[in-house]
Amino acid sequence: MLCVQFLWILSEVQTSYIVSSVGHMCLSTVVMAKVLGVTCAGDQSLFTSLYTSLAQQLPKEPMEWRRSYGRAPKMIHLEANFVQFKEELLPKDGNKALLTFPFLHIYWTDCCDTEVYKASVKEDMQRWQNILRLHSSVDWLIVVVESDAKKKNKTNILPRTSIVDKIRNDFCNKQSDRCVVLSDPLKESSRSQESWSSFLTKLRTLLLMSFTKNLGRFEDDMRTLREKRTEPGWSFCDYFMVQEELAFVFEMLQQFEDALVQYDELDALFTQYVLNFGAGDGANWLGSFCAPVRSWNGLLLRRPIDMEKRELIQRGEASLLDLRSYLFSRQCTLLIFLQRPWEVTLRALELLHNCVQELRLLEVSVVPGALDCWVFLSCLEVLHRIEGCCDRSQLEANCSHTVGLWTYATEKLKSLGYLCGLVAENGPTSEDLNRTVDLLAGLGTERPETVNSMQSPYKKLKEALSSVEAFEKHYLELSHAAVEMYRAIGRMRSARLVGKSLAEFYMRKGDPERAEGFLEESLRLYVAEGWSLQVTHTRKQMAECQKLLRQTDDYLQTSALLAGDANLNQEERTHFCQEILSFASQPPGPSDQTVALSMAAFAQLRQLQFSPPGAVVHVGAALQLELRVRCLMPVAVHVGQLAATLHFSLEQGGARGRAGSSQRRPGQGPQGQGDGVVLFPQGSPLSGAGCSLTPALELYEMQDRSPSDSSLNSAGVVCKNVHLLLRRHDSNASLDTPTAGVLPAAVAVDDGAQMLRARDVTLQPGDNSILFTAPTGEPGSYTLRQLCGSVGRVQFVQSHIYPVVQYEVYSQEPQLTIEPLSDNLLAGIPQRVKFTIATGHYSIKKGDALQLSNTDSMPILHSSRCSATILSSTGEHMGERALSIQSSEKVTSISLPPTPPYHTLEFQLEVLCHIPPAPLKLDSERLTNGEVRHRSKSRSHADSAMIHIDQKVSIDCPWSIYSTLISLTFYVPFKAKHTLLSAGRRKYIQVCLQNVSDSNFHLADPVLVERQPTTTVELLSLNAKRQQLVCSQQSLFCLWEMRWAKDLPPCLQCEFSASFVPISALDPPAAFKTYRYEFQLDRVSTLYSVKAEICPASGDKHCRTGTLCGLEVSITRQAEPSETEGEEEESTEIEGLKTTKLMYEVVDNSSNWAVCGKSSGVVSMPVAPSATHRVQMEVMPLFAGHLPFPNIKVFKYLPHSAAQVIQPDTDSCLENDNLSLLDKGLDDQGDTASIRSRGSVHSVGSGEQQREQQRGLPMPRLEPFSPGQVFNWTQGRQVLVLPATDDHVMEVNVT
Amino acid sequence: MAVCIAVIAKENYPLYIRSVPTQNELKFHYTVHTSLDVVEEKISAVGKAMADQRELYLGLLYPTEDYKVYGYVTNSKVKFVIVVDSSNTSLRDNEIRSMFRKLHNSFTDVMCNPFYNPGDTIQSKAFDGMVSAMMVQAS
Repeated sequence: MLCVQFLWILSEVQTSYIVSSVGHMCLSTVVMAKVLGVTCAGDQSLFTSLYTSLAQQLPKEPMEWRRSYGRAPKMIHLEANFVQFKEELLPKDGNKALLTFPFLHIYWTDCCDTEVYKASVKEDMQRWQNILRLHSSVDWLIVVVESDAKKKNKTNILPRTSIVDKIRNDFCNKQSDRCVVLSDPLKESSRSQESWSSFLTKLRTLLLMSFTKNLGRFEDDMRTLREKRTEPGWSFCDYFMVQEELAFVFEMLQQFEDALVQYDELDALFTQYVLNFGAGDGANWLGSFCAPVRSWNGLLLRRPIDMEKRELIQRGEASLLDLRSYLFSRQCTLLIFLQRPWEVTLRALELLHNCVQELRLLEVSVVPGALDCWVFLSCLEVLHRIEGCCDRSQLEANCSHTVGLWTYATEKLKSLGYLCGLVAENGPTSEDLNRTVDLLAGLGTERPETVNSMQSPYKKLKEALSSVEAFEKHYLELSHAAVEMYRAIGRMRSARLVGKSLAEFYMRKGDPERAEGFLEESLRLYVAEGWSLQVTHTRKQMAECQKLLRQTDDYLQTSALLAGDANLNQEERTHFCQEILSFASQPPGPSDQTVALSMAAFAQLRQLQFSPPGAVVHVGAALQLELRVRCLMPVAVHVGQLAATLHFSLEQGGARGRAGSSQRRPGQGPQGQGDGVVLFPQGSPLSGAGCSLTPALELYEMQDRSPSDSSLNSAGVVCKNVHLLLRRHDSNASLDTPTAGVLPAAVAVDDGAQMLRARDVTLQPGDNSILFTAPTGEPGSYTLRQLCGSVGRVQFVQSHIYPVVQYEVYSQEPQLTIEPLSDNLLAGIPQRVKFTIATGHYSIKKGDALQLSNTDSMPILHSSRCSATILSSTGEHMGERALSIQSSEKVTSISLPPTPPYHTLEFQLEVLCHIPPAPLKLDSERLTNGEVRHRSKSRSHADSAMIHIDQKVSIDCPWSIYSTLISLTFYVPFKAKHTLLSAGRRKYIQVCLQNVSDSNFHLADPVLVERQPTTTVELLSLNAKRQQLVCSQQSLFCLWEMRWAKDLPPCLQCEFSASFVPISALDPPAAFKTYRYEFQLDRVSTLYSVKAEICPASGDKHCRTGTLCGLEVSITRQAEPSETEGEEEESTEIEGLKTTKLMYEVVDNSSNWAVCGKSSGVVSMPVAPSATHRVQMEVMPLFAGHLPFPNIKVFKYLPHSAAQVIQPDTDSCLENDNLSLLDKGLDDQGDTASIRSRGSVHSVGSGEQQREQQRGLPMPRLEPFSPGQVFNWTQGRQVLVLPATDDHVMEVNVT
Repeated sequence: MAVCIAVIAKENYPLYIRSVPTQNELKFHYTVHTSLDVVEEKISAVGKAMADQRELYLGLLYPTEDYKVYGYVTNSKVKFVIVVDSSNTSLRDNEIRSMFRKLHNSFTDVMCNPFYNPGDTIQSKAFDGMVSAMMVQAS
């Protein structure tokens, strides 16, 4: 798996590997040259003359370099290093060092003479070619330089075949391009330039071709070598050298990116091997890197190539640090070439961390502190190197890249300082000095590059380790630089951390003044962000610092916070607590004042409970507050006094009514629970102040409705605690959140104000409960403002209490109420009413009495056992006292028992409201003076209207000069109705008594008497003698028969009375009370009786449906009309006979009968006893069966009186009027015509006269008789009607 | 695997922080707290316009000699920080990413709990168990 990873890394970097045998070469020359090797053979002097321009011209134009493996083509400038051809220069087989490799061999000649050519040049060339062939080098070129000057000298040349052709012929078999001509190279002619250009192109092409070919071969070889890495003899160092050669070549060609890739690959390969080693897969060659570290002189970045280290690697003697240092110095060089200095810093930090890890992983033995030296030096070296290649502004803009190195160097220097005893107050011990010497030895001598520099890392370290003072100077310099940089880039947390370690340093040096500021800054940050462990840690350091500085107040405050810190163990907490307590118990000096500390550190308020819970009490009442406090101290603390100041405000309407429905609960904060408990919000203990910085939003819904139609205009959310949320955060460092023990100089403890006070309280760790008694001396509202606990000289103060806690004290006027015990008071029976006296501020003294004006209609029934209950303002039962009640004629005086203020006195009295005897028709109301005014309201009470009586009582109270009027409403439980019943001449009176109340009653002795007893009438009771039970909503009917001897009086005044008693399961049976009902009967006697007979059609025994039957109505006068009646009844005298006119009417509303022909008429009755008038009519039964008789009505027919306005109309008008009166219930208009036509026929006496009269009296009146004046015999009678005869076909369909 | 795992509220106070018991807890608290500097730097570097598309994983915040500190920020600006021992080289970026994903899922579960009050320290046993599983040594 590791192998796969390894391959992945390599393939990612996309490069091929060249394996070559490790050649020994002179690197320095090669690196200086930075060019491709080209050898020159032939005419050296010729070459020398051309060399300058050649070396200049060759790199001028770039060539496109096409590469294998799909890598992108690049434009490169080729530069060549021309050396004289020697056979030794040609690489032997298997020794193909790339750097010294001659990529091209050039033979120079300016021979233009064939003879010369044949004689010497050709031979020379031949030799040269042979050597090349021997070394299988195919990259060669022959350059023939032609010059006119030379040609002129040699005139015998053959123009036909030039030397060039000969050479081509001799050497270039098929490669004619291997021979080029350079014409007049030293002349400035166009021909010469052309020739140069083509020559250079050829040269570049061939050079690049050769380079590419040889590079490819090199890479292939390198890959082969790399693949052998699992073989036992493989050495990383050897491979390193091979791949680095490739990197060098790229670097020479200015291909820094490619060069860097080579080093990165090597880096990755090495890292992987180290990791594999850590995983147990060790390679042999790694052994050499595991040698103990002997030298820790840091990175060296000032040289392009650190040859010393390179040689060590080459020899396989390099340590891990050497290899890493060398690798990084090369990477650094290339990155700086690439203008990426910031990558250097990042990589440097990574490298340093990595090296430390790798040494640990490989278990390399290192002198303690050696690595610190190495890291320190390396950090500074990198920083120096970066500073060397960047200007100041660039450096400042990129602090974020360098600050890591600065901090790392600071840390390392610090640990070196601790290691070498340079931080200790007493300076280093001899042991420390020995260690220092060892460390310095490992640094070796300073490198020549920096010997002359004043500020080299080497010098710095040596100086820093040399003395305590120098160390301090360097350490502070570095630390401050790091802090400044962190500040500049806004990394405040990192800056604070460095600052805190500076503070630790100062503390070690015994300089708490300078430490304080750093600690304070850090502490503030940690508190603000709520990191409790850091807070505790820093606070402990702070406490130490403050103690040294003798800042007593601050130290005590910090101690208080630490004593309550859950992150510390009990021992530490107790220590800090004891610090406070021992200070507190010291006797105060003359100038010493008490020390005020924040309560928050000492104790947390948990909840406050009012007793009584309403937190509204009357003046002078006892109100207790139970405060629950969580004491944060680790041990029990005795608090001399715990006091809460109260703010008193005279509330408007302080003397408000008894706290009833409008009662507000003042002690309710947002967390109020309605039972008088105020809960204090608790910050979560872990996040501490982090939470308290941002109180929770208290949001409320708000709706704006238009006043006209209450439609929603807008809706929104309102934040109620804006003042808390929008408060500046830094102004928050008040008593609430003590950060660094910063407290206002003196907490104003207002002595004059009223206080809740508890003395000598011992607060145990954890929850405590403290009871306060609240002052309630004056009416108004009291708000808790400040809480202060005093422990000796120390005061713990909480400057405000949130949520707001307040209670109210009120004063109240005395008040009397009277209310019924049951839902409704019933008239007529004794009812209990409850008197309630709220005494308010008045105290009832002995002898105080209520004076009730007596009324006849409502007497007060008092018994001896009457007693009053006294209740306290909270409703507690305080006791029973006897009441003494004295009644005189006019007043009832109730002596009240002495009752303290703000108590309630309750007692019950029985009252009886008499039922007024008369039928309650008029509105009435009874006043106290006995005058009665009745009012009947129809209230829907149990389906029937109950008559009620409002009874007012006037009471004189001892606390007031005015009388109190109190109204009580009584309901009459019964409703009575009377009816007169007749049977012929006999008369009966029926009284119906309905129980309209909800209770049940027993009724007894119904009696009906005449109010003005006349001997003539006797009332005979037909009722049962027993008691009758009348349940709610039931009725009782009573009946009496009237008997009389002579005449009936025209008017009969009666009084009904019945005894009743309510039935109740609880109370013993009470005495019967009497209910009276008065009524008057007028016109009692029967004047007429109406008889009717229905005769079947002639021949038939029974009536049949559809057949006309005869209806004979006979009206008989029963009695003489009395005097009074006579006045009413209009009688006329016709032919000496006194008659009365009556109108009759036959109506059948049940549609059993059809009245045929005339249905009504007017008759004149003679004023004589037993005078009878008979009328014949025809009716037709419509149904078969026993049919009731049709209804016969009789009215008084009154002609118009003289006073009446004479109607201008005549007959028709009257008749029409008649019709409209009579025709109700008749079937059709046709019949009415017959009524009119026959009217005169049936009327007794002269119809003509009647007509005359009617004419003269155009508006006659009809008046009904009083009930009982007309007795109808046929009422309730039935007649049998048979179905019609069988000539009717009944169709029966059977399906 | 991880030696310290922390969940930090939007307001930068710790909602949950747990470290390997064998090592100095305070040191991890300091490390995590300081790493917030880099977290903030990385968040602000992304810029506001890209805020919705930004990747939650912030990568390596900073290495120290002994530890590597990785960061992750949820869309509600709750930060997760995982501290890994530098010597633990078997952990690659992908593993760290998946650890953060797991952490985020578990954190989402915590937030979904109707009894959890956002902003309170995390007491969930399930979350604790998941963190413990991530802190167990990989070998």
